[in-house]
Amino acid sequence: MSPLLLTRNFGDAQALSLEGYEAKGGYQALRKALAMDPAALVEEVKRAGLRGRGGAGFSTGTKWGFLPKEDGLPRYLVVNADEGEPGTFKDRPLMEQDPHQLLEGIIIASFALRASRAYVYIRGEFRQSIARMDEAIRQARAKGYLGAKVMGSAFSLEVSTHPGAGAYICGEETALLESLEGHKGQPRLKPPFPAQRGLFGRPTIINNVETLCCVPHIVGMGAEAWAALGVEKNGGTKMYCVSGQVAKPGVFELWHGTTLRALIQEQAGGPLPGRRIKAVIPGGSSSPVLTADEIDVRMDFDSLMKAGSMLGSAAVIVMDDSTSLVRALHNLTAFYSHESCGQCTPCREGTAWLHKILTKIVNGQGAIADLDRMNSICEAMVGKTICVLADACAFPVQSFTRKFRPEFEEYIKSGKRWSLTGWREESPAPGFGGGH
Amino acid sequence: MPAITINGKPLEVPAGTNLIEAALLAGADVPHFCYHPGLSVSGNCRMCLVEIAGNPKLQIACNTPVAEGQAVLTESPKVKAARAGVMEFLLLNHPIDCPVCDCAGECFLQDYYMQHDKAASRLEEPKNKKRKAQDIGPHVMLDTERCVLCSRCVRFTDEVSKTHELGIFGRGSREEVGLVEGTRLENAYSGNVVDLCPVGALTDKNFRFKSRPWFLEETETICTGCSQGCNMVLDINPHAFNKVGAGRAYRSYPRFNAAVNGHWMCDEGRYRFPLIDEGRLSEPQVTGLLATPERAVMALAESLKALGAPLSILLSPGLSLEELAAWHWLSLKLGASAILASELVPQGKGDGFLIQAERSPNRKGGLLLGLAEKGARDAVSQARAGKGRLLAVSAGDLEPALEGALLGLLSTHSSPACSAAQVALPLAVWAEQDGVFVNRMGLAQRAKQALAPLGSALPAWDWAWRLAKQMGFEACYASQSSAIFEAMGADHPALAGLSHQTLGAQGALVREGK
Repeated sequence: MSPLLLTRNFGDAQALSLEGYEAKGGYQALRKALAMDPAALVEEVKRAGLRGRGGAGFSTGTKWGFLPKEDGLPRYLVVNADEGEPGTFKDRPLMEQDPHQLLEGIIIASFALRASRAYVYIRGEFRQSIARMDEAIRQARAKGYLGAKVMGSAFSLEVSTHPGAGAYICGEETALLESLEGHKGQPRLKPPFPAQRGLFGRPTIINNVETLCCVPHIVGMGAEAWAALGVEKNGGTKMYCVSGQVAKPGVFELWHGTTLRALIQEQAGGPLPGRRIKAVIPGGSSSPVLTADEIDVRMDFDSLMKAGSMLGSAAVIVMDDSTSLVRALHNLTAFYSHESCGQCTPCREGTAWLHKILTKIVNGQGAIADLDRMNSICEAMVGKTICVLADACAFPVQSFTRKFRPEFEEYIKSGKRWSLTGWREESPAPGFGGGH
Repeated sequence: MPAITINGKPLEVPAGTNLIEAALLAGADVPHFCYHPGLSVSGNCRMCLVEIAGNPKLQIACNTPVAEGQAVLTESPKVKAARAGVMEFLLLNHPIDCPVCDCAGECFLQDYYMQHDKAASRLEEPKNKKRKAQDIGPHVMLDTERCVLCSRCVRFTDEVSKTHELGIFGRGSREEVGLVEGTRLENAYSGNVVDLCPVGALTDKNFRFKSRPWFLEETETICTGCSQGCNMVLDINPHAFNKVGAGRAYRSYPRFNAAVNGHWMCDEGRYRFPLIDEGRLSEPQVTGLLATPERAVMALAESLKALGAPLSILLSPGLSLEELAAWHWLSLKLGASAILASELVPQGKGDGFLIQAERSPNRKGGLLLGLAEKGARDAVSQARAGKGRLLAVSAGDLEPALEGALLGLLSTHSSPACSAAQVALPLAVWAEQDGVFVNRMGLAQRAKQALAPLGSALPAWDWAWRLAKQMGFEACYASQSSAIFEAMGADHPALAGLSHQTLGAQGALVREGK
């Protein structure tokens, strides 16, 4: 069975208190880290091969290395806890079940980065996460783990939480910074990258919650031992979220690189009785969909890339033969067209247009040519915008209509509408306008 | 300087230049909506995507600085496909109401559609509806359906006027430009957003539905509303009748000059152009009655010969250098004292940006010619007391200060003072003649003739010349403003070597202190 690191305190109410967390070995890694040279800490994380758990899978140590030399002015660590990718629910339990683990990671990372200010940008709906993090920060501050001279060292740190206001795009790191500064959440042009000019125009490192939760374990057990828990270039353990039509949906911590099939069958209890898996989204709703035949892929960044999809936030959404993929895709485009920030032309117009076409199709008024039209719209969107929201909408449209084209054609040819209670014959209500 | 190639053409470009500007140097026009050289880069329209060798993703030219060895393609198949895609997206929900849109004929969407798209719309679904014809300020109307959300206007109010009235509200395809709650677009520079708008979303109330732009003639000139001398373009309708109140001038808008006004001009200057047609003095008057120019000149010459008291000639600092010089010369011939009447012109309030407290456009020029500034008020009261004679040459700005009987008044605009004067002669306004003005920084700039003088109006130098002839003086400088200007160089070292031609479109600094 897999070693439990990140989730080892899950379900244990004692771990919510600083004493309880310490009793289970908490804050030992911080002690160890404070005795190290910050540069050596960055090297340690680099050697562990930790890759960002927010979705991009970029080397965390390398990212930390991008910070320019200290100039005596502020530099920031920002924690991206705006978990909003549909199907993703790993950061929330990490904050709610073991807030001190994240906080320890934040303190170690801030020390390594020589940042004396850290912000935890938490999705606004996560009231419990915000409350638990605030309480953990209060406890740690009282104990001297935060504030001036952390644990008697020369290092000082203040951490505060900041609630988001409900925009998916604020999970994009530069939109998050805009929001944190009090502006409308819209991604910034890059360059300059946040490591050069980030929050309030100062060098800033933005890390995902799960990424930072890995840091105390890397420091505690050593980079090599941690890396050995996973597969090559994908070290450590990984949180996997499984939702959709499976017997036991949930969040599972496994060694990095388990197969998708094993994850669904062994951890999530396989499909519901009498049902067959039809399609699986492996890495959050933005990742290209896989067919039931493609799920023997290993769940790490590189393997899924090779399989034409991506690990993303490791949010697995399973759809069985009772699901209409036409309606599922319609649901996805509704989300992305609603959440597009509206800044870039291809995303603003493209996401909404795709949704209009799919609305027409699900209402039984589609044409086969609409499928090709949608794909050419996707081509005009992918890779042409400031951030990847346009791609995130285009990838599912391209993969759904390519891999499940017969289902789409059948739906269109039938001229009928499909609803949760089955096929409907009557003509649909007008489906346009004011949908959001 | 980094050496790069644009479409295979090698060139060296100063470091820091972006690829839109660099491409222009190579003669390649990279289409763009949101980029504007006077504003920060927002990079949101995605129209300026170009291909850079070695980079699999297209890059926006506006936010990419030149780098040594860069090979840029602005017309590759990939670039063209991306552009056509952006054009399709921008036109997707656009109302295509060009037949009733003021911007038709000078619209980026129209131009780029012809250059880069030319495809029929593939939209089979209903278009988005947004708010139209919104009155957002004293000068500007907003149509959010036509808007391409480039954010130029928003950036202008944030970065240039710094008044922050505009914002983009909502998200995704529901996004709309609008006013920040509780504000109106009422800043002193609001008209600039109309020029900035690449489409017909922001239109000028003053120009709305007045004319198609292709019926208008452009003249590159300057604003004479204050001592800044902002460079601008004046659009006139050559088909309008040459008569008072006919409205020959249609609009004015700024012209780039880095040393003077950058890309901008103030509303006060922009909306001064109706004065070209309104309230003008168009025919000479003798004792308040209409007269032919010949008779009026004769009458004035007669009274100048029989003065009986010392004559003061008040010259407005709103006149051109040529006009001032001609009257300076004539006053010497007449033995009169010429006074640059700056103290009679009310001052305004400066704003530390373009608007100057010194409202006269050519005070510096008058001083440069050696005109005295003192004694204008005294001359007025002396004349009123019957102890002196007074003649005023006004750019429509001296009249409020003129009281009592005038021997002669030359003015652009009609006023009670015209009928009170023994002889009143109509002057051409700055837009009706070629003239040079020296702004507060000592930059000599040309105001070019955009239209023929109204009625019998003439430039002040022309009246001076006619009057001199009538009085039997030897011909003064010349009978053409460019020749007058060149001749002035002999008397005034500061202007030596300058000509209308050498001043060019951007003006030249006069040599001060000489």
